[in-house]
Amino acid sequence: MFKRLSEASGRVLSFTFDGQPLEGREGDSLAAALLAGGVGVFRTTVPSDASRGPYCLMGVCFDCLVEVDGVANRQACMIPLREGMCVTPQRRARQLGE
Amino acid sequence: MRRDYDVAVVGAGLVGAAIAYGLAKDGRRVCLLDEGDIALRASRANFALVWVQTKGHGYPPYAILTHRSASLWSSFAQEVEAETGVDLGFQQPGGFTFALSEEELEGRRRILDEVQAQPGVPDLGSRIVLRNELISLIPEAGPEVVGASYCAKDGHCNSPRLLLALHRGFGMRGGDLLTNRTVETITAGRDGFSILGEGEEIQAGKIVLAAGLGNIRLAPMVGLDAPLQPLKGQLIVTEKVRPFLHYPLVNLRQTDEGGVMIGSSMEDMGFDTSSVVPVVANMAKRAIRLFPLLAEANIVRSWAGLRIMTPDGFPLYEQSQEAPGAFLCNCHSGVTLAAAHAGDLAQAIGRGNLDGFGAFSGERLRVQAAQ
Repeated sequence: MFKRLSEASGRVLSFTFDGQPLEGREGDSLAAALLAGGVGVFRTTVPSDASRGPYCLMGVCFDCLVEVDGVANRQACMIPLREGMCVTPQRRARQLGE
Repeated sequence: MRRDYDVAVVGAGLVGAAIAYGLAKDGRRVCLLDEGDIALRASRANFALVWVQTKGHGYPPYAILTHRSASLWSSFAQEVEAETGVDLGFQQPGGFTFALSEEELEGRRRILDEVQAQPGVPDLGSRIVLRNELISLIPEAGPEVVGASYCAKDGHCNSPRLLLALHRGFGMRGGDLLTNRTVETITAGRDGFSILGEGEEIQAGKIVLAAGLGNIRLAPMVGLDAPLQPLKGQLIVTEKVRPFLHYPLVNLRQTDEGGVMIGSSMEDMGFDTSSVVPVVANMAKRAIRLFPLLAEANIVRSWAGLRIMTPDGFPLYEQSQEAPGAFLCNCHSGVTLAAAHAGDLAQAIGRGNLDGFGAFSGERLRVQAAQ
């Protein structure tokens, strides 16, 4: 669905989403890297388990929530991609006290 | 004089919407005037509690009214839900106020006893719960929590959906919700009121002022006085987390959607309104002492609202003597009292006399001021 601009540059960074290896570029937000990697569903909603992906891409809508390196409910659009990130979808609500 | 409506209700927040919803039930022609987004909108900043345990401390009529409304809430919610299809998320498992020291717990015990001992106050089902029992009910309570006061009548709801449902139900009952209608002048005539705002004129047989702090400006137009003060309250909400807390606390509750709301209650804590961040930080610190697992929860938002306080903190319901048919309605517990507002109070206004609500007229304040 998304294609990188041909002039896009930056060092290639490897990370995983739900166990699948993906690659992004240095300077990508995590949300952009996931979208470029073909990921559409980032999380499921709390009340009904419905699928959600990034909407505003500017930190407002909270629809791009993912779990990053074991920390739940992170906004993928607000986090720069880093080498080796372990990302999983945010499935429904976070469990406190785990 | 032409008459557009039997009753005009000014203020479409929880208080006005509940009264208008109740008034529209019996086939009256009712309009509900909403100021628009410039309004202070206390109904958008409330804590969504149906709360009884220490309400009316020092004024038994308020304890009695609160108890009555909380008792009516379940059937009120069923009626609203059946009519509108909106789930109000109402739960009434009883509510707690945690104590973090023996002194606090003793204070809670004394207030519960004093409220219950007031003449005419029905059995509120309130008691002190000591730590061991509390931990069996709420295992997540922190190690500093020594006990709590509990009242079986306490509960909570989803208040944004309550407001939505009241607006929707009012419309379904034939009422007209008129938005962006700041009321500029009200003129009492021979057989009703002329209400002017935003270039439109409305004629109504009766008028109900339920505009919160806006009543300060409106009340004198119909010979009434609304001696109100804003009292700022701040709220925090966390990210949505899986349900862990199945009882509301006076200053902390998990919503039906998973977020944890942290607030502050005037009657229990009091706070300095002059400085925003320290207040929010103190609320968060205390919340972590109540529930240590909240230390890892992210705060998503914090915001403030203005409570609508009468000089003694109790509701004000009064009909104008100078312009009969004009009613003043102010309180700071629009959620708790919604059932009574949609029921008893709407019926009283519909009849044209506030018999049964005499204890809430402004007379008590004028007497106090004269003393």
